[in-house]
Amino acid sequence: MSSDTPASPRRPDGGRFRILIAKPGLDGHDRGAKYVANVLRDAGFEVIYTGIRRTPEQIVRAALQEDVDAIGISLLSGAHMTLVARLTGLLAEHGADHLPLFVGGVIPESDIPELKALGVCEVYGPGTSARTLVESLTVHLEKHVHERPA
Amino acid sequence: MSDTSSAPRRFFTVSGLPVDCVYEPPSGPLPPELGRPGEYPYTRGIYPTMYRGRPWTIRQYSGFSTAEESNKRYRYLLERGGTGLSVAFDLPTQIGYDSDHSLADGEVGKVGVAIDTVEDMHALFDGIPLDQVSTSMTINSTAAILLAMYIVVAEERGISRKKLSGTIQNDILKEYIARGTYRFPPRPSLRLVCDTFGFCAREMPKWNPISISGYHIREAGSTAIQEIAFTLADAICYIETALSAGLAIDDFAPRLSFFFAAHTDFFEEAAKFRAARRLYARIMKERFNARDPKSLMLRFHTQTGGVTLTAQQPDNNIVRVTIQALAAVLGGTQSLHTNAKDEALSLPTEHAAQIAIRTQQIIAEESGVTATVDPLGGSYFVENLTDRLETEAAALIAEIDRMGGMVSAIESGWVQRQIEKSAYAFGQSLEKNERIIVGVNKYRLENEPAPEIFKVPSNLSSVQAEKLRRIRSERDANRVKESLDRLEQAARTTENLMPLLIETVRARASIGEICNTLEKVFGLHEQI
Repeated sequence: MSSDTPASPRRPDGGRFRILIAKPGLDGHDRGAKYVANVLRDAGFEVIYTGIRRTPEQIVRAALQEDVDAIGISLLSGAHMTLVARLTGLLAEHGADHLPLFVGGVIPESDIPELKALGVCEVYGPGTSARTLVESLTVHLEKHVHERPA
Repeated sequence: MSDTSSAPRRFFTVSGLPVDCVYEPPSGPLPPELGRPGEYPYTRGIYPTMYRGRPWTIRQYSGFSTAEESNKRYRYLLERGGTGLSVAFDLPTQIGYDSDHSLADGEVGKVGVAIDTVEDMHALFDGIPLDQVSTSMTINSTAAILLAMYIVVAEERGISRKKLSGTIQNDILKEYIARGTYRFPPRPSLRLVCDTFGFCAREMPKWNPISISGYHIREAGSTAIQEIAFTLADAICYIETALSAGLAIDDFAPRLSFFFAAHTDFFEEAAKFRAARRLYARIMKERFNARDPKSLMLRFHTQTGGVTLTAQQPDNNIVRVTIQALAAVLGGTQSLHTNAKDEALSLPTEHAAQIAIRTQQIIAEESGVTATVDPLGGSYFVENLTDRLETEAAALIAEIDRMGGMVSAIESGWVQRQIEKSAYAFGQSLEKNERIIVGVNKYRLENEPAPEIFKVPSNLSSVQAEKLRRIRSERDANRVKESLDRLEQAARTTENLMPLLIETVRARASIGEICNTLEKVFGLHEQI
């Protein structure tokens, strides 16, 4: 990680934030997901990477089992509207819709409002720098920790 | 199709200076590592006259939505001077799920065309003369099935399979490494690959049963050295598998073909193709004792690097693609795909696809680079790079040999980790501005206008599901069941499955039904 990356954020209990990086759907392009996982690890996050071709059900199960603070999903195949809707639906079903959900990958600008309406916190497009990503995640995580139900 | 045998034609620069077919050192013996074009070790190209004798094939990877929509795009590309077809399939087709399968939800027709049965294949190639156009199909775990469909489409139009020319990618190893569309575990998947080798050697003299692909390894983040090494290590694995299945080297090796990426680091890329060609020739001669010169020749397709395209200021991508395409041509490619400027954002619009084709036509017909063979040959820098790339790649292949070959190296996750490390190092070099991508970490624009992008309609699963429902109700159910039962029995033996796959396809079995049948025997691959 480059030296100008901000210091790692911490949970109120002093622990490191846990983030699930997931690849839903049939898309196997995982360069971005692995890169982000490595960037976040270097920045002091605890990262669990699911591997490719996970169903929304598997992702929600992993998020609950691992007790993560946020979920980041990477999609390049164009299936994002369908898969994000299923994911947010399942999170709500499991009472876990307080978990911040982030999306990265190839997402047309015009789809972003609809994704946000479904409950997505942020969409990180190609060219997002590691620094921007870490700063933005930190802001969201700190905000969510305070709002999280006990 | 792309044959234009130009007899005694003379070539001149724009100033009127004559240009020779090939330039060699003015005196002294030819360095043996260089040789002549068309001669071992093929450093300078696999043909004596290269593009004077035969231009590369302009083959634009394309496909989306339904077969009918993709057919329109193919006709558009051919009308504008495309000289071969290259089919992109959607992910459910690539993995062997029917469009009405729950895992296909949201994916139907998105990254390529949806094919469920041979009826879709008929629509895809409607009005396209299969005995005249060569067709490349990016299909891997289900390659044998799509080849069977192509054969049946031709057969039902009265065209013999012997006349078909083209390629199935069929490179399953790199799916485990980098691309992810596997369905079955490595060993039975390799058996399917071998079945296509054996079948094509006997029945389809003009067909390439595999395109061993470094492209996706590079896209996943490898270096150029790793791209050469992992691709050739995959080739070694396929060859060893075919030899142990009883095939003779010179029976199948002449039809092995390759696929590389072209990135923007111009000289390293041009040298990469030369190094790969020489290293492969040496491996085929020294390791496998191949005798037929065609077995020693690395024939390859190139695609400009998708990962080098930027979403920022997308017009700049036209320039990147031009540099990359030129590296591929100076490296001696046999066919070429140039990316469209908008492909960091979506599939290409028609307009962007046209610019991509025109880029190749400008290089081929205006630039003069095709007049002489291997114009970079003899450059101190390019020859030095060629030597070092070859040496480094050979060292990596030796390391893989020590691990017990490519399947072991993949199963242990070693190959994937090497690529991940390179991808991370490259990304970090951009974060630190040690490497520059114009418009991304330098010369950025604030408030860029949103570009026009291509969108695939979202109701395709219901369109495909309706087609499937109709076909299932109209076909002879007994014939389908019998052909699938027969396939299942044969999958448990070592019988070549190609003829049986062809029969299931004729009976209108769907790709999902065929793959479910094979999965009963082969099992499902879980990510390593």
